[in-house]
Amino acid sequence: MSNRVFAVVAFAVAIAFAAASQLIPNEYYFTAAYIVLQFVILATAWNILGGYTGYVNFGSAAFFAIGAYSTVVLYNAYKAPLPVMIVAGTLVAGLAGLGLGYLTLRLRGVFFAIASLALAVVLYTFVVNWDYVGGARGAYVLQPRETPFGLRRYIHLLYIAMVLMAAVSLIVARVIEKSTIGRGLAAIRDDELAAECSGVPTLRLKIFSTMVSCALMGMAGTTFPFYLSFIEPSSAFSLSYAVNSIAMPLIGGMMSWIGPLIGAVLLGTVQQLVQVTISSAWNLLIVGVLLVLFVTLAPNGIMGWVEAWRRRRRR
Amino acid sequence: MEASTALVVNAIIAGLLLGGFYAAVSVGISISFGMLDVVNIAHPAFIILGSYVAYIVNATFGFDPIVVAVVLSPLFFVLGMALYRIYYLCFEKRGQESLRGLAFFFGILFITEVILVLVFGVDYRMVNTVYGDVTWRAGEIDFPMRLVVPFLVSITMVVGVQLFLTHTFFGRAVLAVAQDQLALRLMGVNPVRVKELAFALSIATAGVAGAFLIIIQPVQPAIGREYIGLVFAVCVLGGMGSIWGTLIGAMVLGTAESFTSTFFGPSWAPAVSFGLLLATLAFRPSGLLGR
Repeated sequence: MSNRVFAVVAFAVAIAFAAASQLIPNEYYFTAAYIVLQFVILATAWNILGGYTGYVNFGSAAFFAIGAYSTVVLYNAYKAPLPVMIVAGTLVAGLAGLGLGYLTLRLRGVFFAIASLALAVVLYTFVVNWDYVGGARGAYVLQPRETPFGLRRYIHLLYIAMVLMAAVSLIVARVIEKSTIGRGLAAIRDDELAAECSGVPTLRLKIFSTMVSCALMGMAGTTFPFYLSFIEPSSAFSLSYAVNSIAMPLIGGMMSWIGPLIGAVLLGTVQQLVQVTISSAWNLLIVGVLLVLFVTLAPNGIMGWVEAWRRRRRR
Repeated sequence: MEASTALVVNAIIAGLLLGGFYAAVSVGISISFGMLDVVNIAHPAFIILGSYVAYIVNATFGFDPIVVAVVLSPLFFVLGMALYRIYYLCFEKRGQESLRGLAFFFGILFITEVILVLVFGVDYRMVNTVYGDVTWRAGEIDFPMRLVVPFLVSITMVVGVQLFLTHTFFGRAVLAVAQDQLALRLMGVNPVRVKELAFALSIATAGVAGAFLIIIQPVQPAIGREYIGLVFAVCVLGGMGSIWGTLIGAMVLGTAESFTSTFFGPSWAPAVSFGLLLATLAFRPSGLLGR
């Protein structure tokens, strides 16, 4: 399937999906599905750097929060329209990713991983001390009273925006995966030294994939303040984003765009169910345990099983 | 000017005392990350675990946390051995440590934190010690025993680890693993066994450092995260795998943090270690005493 066909199909599916869910009378569906879609974007974004290139980013929460807080700034300053906020948050997070990548990607991969964690704490401290965006107390970001396109409630608009953004990130991930860039990234993942020797511009490719990955994570955060109508640093920088965006690709499979999608939908749905039926602490425990189990026992995830099964059938 | 001089001196003293504790917290990472090349980001989880063990025993029997930690450190040693076994079999042996090994340790960190939350809740816990409320004063300068006692024990532990590494056969084997594993194999030593024991030692130091932590401040499960950046900052700043470097790096960081909280407010303090880490990685990745 060519990229253009894939893009058309992805958008068609997204629009059909968004339209069909208008028939669902239960409002809770939108609240829960929003979070699952948010994880689809985060997992897909993480996988562009983590799965394709082999560099671990522990700072998902930082880039997510950059997106969220750029929305808060635009809301406080200009009451900017939603699309402007989405684009702005994406760009700012991309720039932050570019900066982090430029500073640390020259070193061994571990240092990038540690620096990404460090960035999350530095930004957290910065936001806590920044009164304009509410500081540690948090800030209210009210949903506009009238909803465009004749939708019933504002959450429906956010939900549709999320469906479309998820489609965009899947398309971006697949385009990168199938392009020469993707092959370069795979070469870096498998053996960076050999890739460098064969003339792959490793540093430039790494910085590029970091930037794209971080920009998409920022995009996932841009609508979050509206979703909750309230934002405070410890929820925006929650470690659970980092854990989830690593666990989901690992569980789904990291080699292609479909793995994070499967992982995010599965794990996201399970978490929503557990959160309602048991408690949110238990749902975090489940994510952690699944992450450790999969990474030790099934390192290629669910897609790894599918591949193995296919290979056996071909024989 | 008199008062502000006292303020500066107090900030320096508090920073150095805190730095001694940071050295104890980070010495394990200098072994596991700096020497063995095992990126154990779950290190802080074992520090917090050590704090809670000290807390439980202190709350039920009233024993001093430091005594408890030292007596129970073999438990952490065994835990470390088991953890390295799993890590070796699942990741290092297969050459997957860079990505999946990191994710594994991250998962361990997260699971420990969530289990502690489920068992103990998110309340801050603290311990009772005979010296907890005592402060020794020399003129305008304060020496709170709450910091001095952990400082002294920390320094003893760090220096002890350094002497152990340089003056015993096993310690030299650990240093050799850091330099050339193949050569070690040719000498008839099993590098995996050496790494297993050295990693266990690093976890044991984390458990003991946890007892210092709960003497210095009240502990709740989530504060472990703040120490991830701190331990790596100290390790990288001091120079990978250098114990003396760790000590100096910890003192630098402690002083920097203490100055920041004195002059800009304590809410900025967490950013210091991470900022210092980012700066070191960007400008001098080999650290202060790095080769």
